[in-house]
Parts: sequence; C-alpha cells; structure tokens
Amino acid sequence: MTAQSVKWFWYASPQTFYPVAGVIARWCGAAAAVLCAAGLYIGLLVAPTDAQQGEAYRIIFIHVPAAWMSMFIYVVMAFWAAIGLAFNTRLSHMMASALAPTGALFTFIALWTGSFWGKPTWGTWWVWDARLTSELILLFLYFGFMALQAAIDDRRRAERAGALLAIVGVVNVPIIYYSVQWWNTLHQGASVSLTRAPSMAATMLTGMLVMALAFWMYSIAVTLLRVRCLILENR
Amino acid sequence: MGGYGLYVWGAYGVTFLLIGVEIALLVNRSRKCSETKT
Amino acid sequence: MLEAARCIVVRDLLVAWRRRSDVATALLFFVIVTSLFPLGIGAEPELLRSIAPGVIWVAALLSCMLSLGRLFAADHSDGTLEQLLLSSAPLGVIAAAKALAHWLVSGLPLVLIAPLIALQYDLPAPLYPVLALSLLLGTPVLSLIGAIGAALTLGLRGGGVLLSLLVLPLYVPVLIMGAGSVDMAAAGLAPDGQLLLLAALLIVAAAFAPWAIAAALRISME
Repeated sequence: MTAQSVKWFWYASPQTFYPVAGVIARWCGAAAAVLCAAGLYIGLLVAPTDAQQGEAYRIIFIHVPAAWMSMFIYVVMAFWAAIGLAFNTRLSHMMASALAPTGALFTFIALWTGSFWGKPTWGTWWVWDARLTSELILLFLYFGFMALQAAIDDRRRAERAGALLAIVGVVNVPIIYYSVQWWNTLHQGASVSLTRAPSMAATMLTGMLVMALAFWMYSIAVTLLRVRCLILENR
Repeated sequence: MGGYGLYVWGAYGVTFLLIGVEIALLVNRSRKCSETKT
Repeated sequence: MLEAARCIVVRDLLVAWRRRSDVATALLFFVIVTSLFPLGIGAEPELLRSIAPGVIWVAALLSCMLSLGRLFAADHSDGTLEQLLLSSAPLGVIAAAKALAHWLVSGLPLVLIAPLIALQYDLPAPLYPVLALSLLLGTPVLSLIGAIGAALTLGLRGGGVLLSLLVLPLYVPVLIMGAGSVDMAAAGLAPDGQLLLLAALLIVAAAFAPWAIAAALRISME
C-alpha cells in the first residue's frame, strides 16, 4: 500500500471529509456568485441583440449551461456510483445521492427555459426536438434514481441499487440521445429545432461559458453541502 | 426586452427562484441535522 | 452451465403453464390497450394506419413491463431465489435463462398476435413481416432490460409503478427503432437501418444485461 493510495482513502472517511467539504463549498459558492454576476452582465447587457430572434435568444445563457450541467452531473453521479460499488466506500455513494437533486434541478431548468425559448421563436410551449426530448428522458432517469433510493429502507441496499441503476442509465444516455436525435430528424425535419442557436458571436459564447462555470461552481457547493448533511444523518 | 420580457424574465426568474429554493431547503436541512445530531 | 440454464427455462415455462391465466391476462392487456386508441382518437382509417406501429409498440412495451413483476417475485417469496444465488452455476447465466423464459412467455406471443392487431388498424399487409421482425428483435431487449429493473425493485412497496419509472426511459431507444422501422417501411423506404440497430441493441443487451441482473439480484438479496 503506497503512500499515495493511503491518502485517497484518508479522504474517503466521512469524518475527515466533512470539514474539507465545508471549506470547498464556501469557496465554490463564492466563485459561483461572482461568475454568475459576470455571466449575467455579459448575457443581459454586453451581448448584442440577435438579428433573427431579438431579445428572446438571451434565454440560451441559462438554457444551454443548464443542459450541459444536467448531463455532466449525471455522468459524475454515475462515476461516484461506480467508485462506491467498486471500493465499497460509503462516501462515494453519498456523493452520488447528493448530486441527483441538483442534476434533476438543472434538467428541469433546461426544460423550462427551453420551453420559454420555444414559445416566442416557434410559437408553442413545447417542441419535440431532440434536445428537449432527451432532457425530458434524462429527468425521468434522475427521478427514477431518487425514487429507487427513497423506496428502499435499508440504506446500504438503497445506495447500491441506486448505484447500479445510475451506471445502467449512464450507459444508456448516449444511446437514448442518438436514437431521439434520429427520431427527431425523421419526424420533424430540421426546421423545428432549438439546437440551432443564433450564429455565435464571441460575446455570446463567452457568456454561455461563464454561466456554465457559474453553474458548475454552484453544483459543487450545493452538492458538498448536501453530502455534509448526509454524513451527519447517517452516522 | 424588445417585447419578449415575459419569456426572458419568466425563464430567468423561475431559474433563480428554483436555485434559491434549493439553497433554502439545504440550509434548513443543514440546520436541522446539526441541531439534532450533536 | 447450459444444463442449469435449460433447467431454469423449462421450470419457468412449466410454472407459467400452470399459471396460464396470469400469462393470458398480460397478453389480453396488449389487445385491450390497442383497442383503446381508436376509441379515444377516432377510427378514421388513414389516421389508424399512421399510428399503428407506434400504438402496437407502446402496447407491447407496457404489456412486457406489467409482466416483469412476475419474473422474480414468486421465486423470492418461496426461497428459490436464495438457492439460485447460492448455486454453482454463474448467476449471470441463471439471470439470462430467466429473462429468456420471460420473453418466451410474454414477448414471443406479442410477435404472433401483433399481425392481428395490425389487421385491425388496416396496416398494409407487406408491413406485417417488418412489424413482426421488429417485435421479434425488440421484445427480448425489453425482457432483458426489464429484468434489471425487476431485480432492483425486488420486494419493494410500490414495486410495479416504481419499476415502470425505472424501466420505461431505458425502453425509449427500442421503441424509437422498433416503431421507426415499420414507419420507414410504410413510407416505402428500407427499414434495414432500424432493424440492424435493433439487432445491435439485442446483442449488447444479451451480452451485458445478465451481469447487471445478477449484480442487482445480489444487491437486493443481501
């Protein structure tokens, strides 16, 4: 057992991790606030008005970062689930459980903002385009994970069952995404699609990236806070 | 917002509202579990 | 290893035969659901012809899902499942055998009944083979993926509905490819792409699902 591996498992102890999580959460929370302010400034004030969609396009500064986070969080969740199953570390499972609600939240935000973007641009509140439909299914996957963990009383079984489900889910997400994309092109044609954002001026891209970073920092902060609660609740 | 105010603020508003709700729920939960389990 | 698999398939088929009514009810569900859509939407032939592949496929999905509860429940309640976990045969093989038996009883009959439903929906006769083939390739995938869900939700309260929530999102690619193949054929194009993708899904599911089912069973039975 090398010194390196000992160090990893040192932080895998919930007791040791608790204060570390608090420190990281505080810093990430501060970073999130700063980045969000910057991102909103760029998105709402600096970025130019779009020629085709007018001011309505500004919703992408929330919609696209939220969609990115929703998928990223699911992958991270599955990663911690796999670590938990492989090494049998409770903290890994707690990380996975802590990530789910935030992931589901971002998925919902992506759906909501997507809907609000679709109404002025395409005239309907819901568009069965590839991204929104995939996000909807992703939301069901998150809910399934949370529901399964909530339905099992034995904590250990709950964590491990959820972990397996998350891994099966993450393998399926690309398959689902591509089959939905194929389905979408067959049934609707390229005209009705929220995936075609306005041609990206540099400021628009910057705004999106800054907001994505803000959401990322926010997710870390919130997840670590939730893990701290889980650690206390499961002593 | 060039007439799209409802949509833009509806989207941004609900987003930050939900984020605020998540933070509030977490703070509440954090307070409860550090009170009962010391 | 194959001996154990054969044993389990035969046993499950025997049990299903003894509880014929359970099996028949699930198949009847398939027929009833497909009858509901014209009642709800209207019986205009043009409309029915266009929705037929989707309706038949969704009904097949739901019917397969409803019958998943029976997969492990009986064995779980009388202790057989514990014995299976302790047996020397690899649990993955046992799981695959159970999924196979489930498909023979709940999926294969759908393949045979579907043309009758297609008749009710006035689907053109040349499409029947495509429909049957898509179901033939797709329903085993449904059984395999569904078995993972059934193993995870073993013995839980609210099991059936929870199982649906877990499993239906994973069914979506099969649904899209299955119904899509018939739609392609209906439009006069070759359904090869979708059918090959269904075959690919089947191969991948057959290769990996048994091990996921086995892992899920171990997790649920600790």
